[in-house]
Amino acid sequence: MDLTAIQPAILIASLMVSSTPILLAALGEMVVERAGVLNLGVEGMMITGAVAGFAVAINSGSPALGFLGAAAAGAALSLAFAVLTQLLLSNHVATGLALTLAGLGLSALVGKPYEGMKAPSLPKLDLGPLAEIPFFGRVLFSHDVMVYLSLALVAGVWAFLRYTRAGLILRAVGESAEAAHALGYHVIRVRILAILFGGALAGLGGAYISLVRVPQWTEGMTAGAGWIALAIVVFASWRAGWVLVGAYLFGGVTVLQLNLQAAGAAVPVALLSASPYLVTILVLVIISARGLQGAPAALGRSFHASG
Amino acid sequence: MTRQAEQVLSLEGLTKAYPGVLACDDISFSIGRGEIHALLGENGAGKSTLVKMIYGLVAPDSGRMTLEGRPFAPPEPRAARAAGVAMVFQHFSLFDALSVAENIALGMEEAPPPRRLAARIREVSELYGLPLDPARTVGTLSAGERQRVEIVRCLLQEPRLLIMDEPTSVLTPQEVEILFETLRRLAQDGTAILYISHKLEEIRALCDSATILRRGQVVATCTPAETTAREMAEMMVGASFAAVERAPRATGEVVLEARGLSAPAPGAFGTPLRDISFSLRAGEVLGLGGVAGNGQDELLAALAGERPSPRGMLFLDGQDIGRLGPQTRRAQGLATAPEERLGHAAAPEMSLTENGLLTAAQSRGLLRRGFIDWPGARRFAEAVISRFDVRTPGPQAAARALSGGNLQKFVIGREIAQRPRVLAVNQPTWGVDAAAAAAIRQALLDMAAQGAAILVISQDLDELFEVADRFGALVGGRLSEIRPMAELSLERVGLMMGGAHDMEVAHVG
Repeated sequence: MDLTAIQPAILIASLMVSSTPILLAALGEMVVERAGVLNLGVEGMMITGAVAGFAVAINSGSPALGFLGAAAAGAALSLAFAVLTQLLLSNHVATGLALTLAGLGLSALVGKPYEGMKAPSLPKLDLGPLAEIPFFGRVLFSHDVMVYLSLALVAGVWAFLRYTRAGLILRAVGESAEAAHALGYHVIRVRILAILFGGALAGLGGAYISLVRVPQWTEGMTAGAGWIALAIVVFASWRAGWVLVGAYLFGGVTVLQLNLQAAGAAVPVALLSASPYLVTILVLVIISARGLQGAPAALGRSFHASG
Repeated sequence: MTRQAEQVLSLEGLTKAYPGVLACDDISFSIGRGEIHALLGENGAGKSTLVKMIYGLVAPDSGRMTLEGRPFAPPEPRAARAAGVAMVFQHFSLFDALSVAENIALGMEEAPPPRRLAARIREVSELYGLPLDPARTVGTLSAGERQRVEIVRCLLQEPRLLIMDEPTSVLTPQEVEILFETLRRLAQDGTAILYISHKLEEIRALCDSATILRRGQVVATCTPAETTAREMAEMMVGASFAAVERAPRATGEVVLEARGLSAPAPGAFGTPLRDISFSLRAGEVLGLGGVAGNGQDELLAALAGERPSPRGMLFLDGQDIGRLGPQTRRAQGLATAPEERLGHAAAPEMSLTENGLLTAAQSRGLLRRGFIDWPGARRFAEAVISRFDVRTPGPQAAARALSGGNLQKFVIGREIAQRPRVLAVNQPTWGVDAAAAAAIRQALLDMAAQGAAILVISQDLDELFEVADRFGALVGGRLSEIRPMAELSLERVGLMMGGAHDMEVAHVG
């Protein structure tokens, strides 16, 4: 076993890349759940974003348009969920599961002609002299724009929920739809907007897999990232900062175990492959066991204005 | 006090129909500047629909409203608030996980930045003697404090019309007195107040005039100070009804006994039970009062067996029943009825027959070798329905389809009809109209007269004065000393319930 082959700077830099899809999807789902909606269709929206982003990028030659297309596709799929659960009052859990199945099937169909093609690559953001700083330059200042966008979104969502009136209304809707309605807020409208935001972020996360991380299209390539994103939201106690911690932890252990496998560590491969899931769940369970914050009180409950 | 020249709100011919019911039928009245106007009526009389129309939650089918001389037809609550209408809700308007300041900001049109808002909250709450900490999470507040949040939220908007929907149901008598003082000050400053309540003595003490609704129509108006509570009750019901009578009765052996009953809080916002001791004799009614959220639900759950208790704390006929489950306790003659009707006392989607069966199966022999005796179960449900005047199409109706008051009559009646030796009830007449409440109380007293032991947990002090022989107050999960009811005054009872906490009379001046 040769552990010297693992360089910390590259390890940290690649963990940021490998965590970004889950971070984006989990952040979006966190906002959805804070509005009181449980959308289990994250996996389906991610894979739809992955294929849509890939197809748009190939046809237009522009990765930026690809990401826009992915966000639009994720939001479009989530709109179906929004109409079913918010307007037709269908069950959140069943509808979300159906959304995942639909997304997986749809993406396989749409993606068939694109298999084996190579996506135009997303250039690294040129930060000039910053990237020259030893260690930190490599770790922090030599990424593509989506990595920075995802971090900016974490800060933005945190500030939105904490400091803005719209964020307060969104939390209120997730705490008690009846009370928010009695005060005259449009529960359904707020929830639909949150669902669309969650869908768009899941789509971006998916496109990051197909356009940057892999970068090509294979059927079912999200491989459960959407489910991990859902778990991270719960264990992060619905807080933006902890979502970031959870996503980077998962991404970090994933990268580390791949490196360990490559270095020939004397641990069964199956155990190494399972380690990101085990470590993330363990750490976040310990965090959430301190009881920082409970689930939004109205999570997963349909709301219908009566009399 | 009504000055017609200075009307704040006037309603003309307001009508609203729902499928199958005319909730409000041609309602007209007006409220003057500085007037405290009572809106009286039983459940389903149309009070809440009327208030929702004024607050913009429901649009009237026909009729006109005028606010300060201008036509008023708010399409949504925001518009009503902007026009100067504020409302303190009975339910559903606070968010447990948010702070006091956040809750208040949600009820305002243009909330100032958090720091200024916090300062304003302190200022206004102290001005009116309703101290509040803006940073506290609402879920950790007592019921009385929650109400202060609602009231301060309204006061910050400097409303011209303040609507209060059953505001005193969660307050001690001392807190009620302070609330009234606050409301009188507000009225002096020119605010019009629409006050909804079914506590007639409070209306007599507070209100300048009253409008009485029955089945969606205005049936009478009166000056509460010049009308007796009984006359008002009869106007509400539309008929006279029998007063509750107490037959003299002898008390027997101790049947139910709690010795130092303690239990941890069931959840984040629950109350622990702390060292509760009492003994209940056959033929007596023990009344336990207290402000909501002081351990009532937890005590009933411990008595019912929903939460088992450690050994040596709970005894029925001298036998330790702490570890026994609800069915076994029922079989030994201890019946209970919790406060929450839907989902606790009754399964909402199941029929009345099935709901009857759920608690009466054993005591009424409705099971035969594990099979249900459906005709017997139906007869039992029908008997409860007719004896307690439950208004429903029949025993096949789902519990959810009944109005709150009617379902309450059914779930209490179901227990009374099983003739248990000990009956513990929580809020037996909550949301039930005056005539039916009198019938339920009479039934409880009749049971006691026949030798049953009755424990009534209630937040309605008038009710406890009417039925209880002895009284104790629940405060923070502890039980006060138990005293004979006849020795107690309303004021004394209020002090036993914790008095007015840290409240003080408004010092506006």
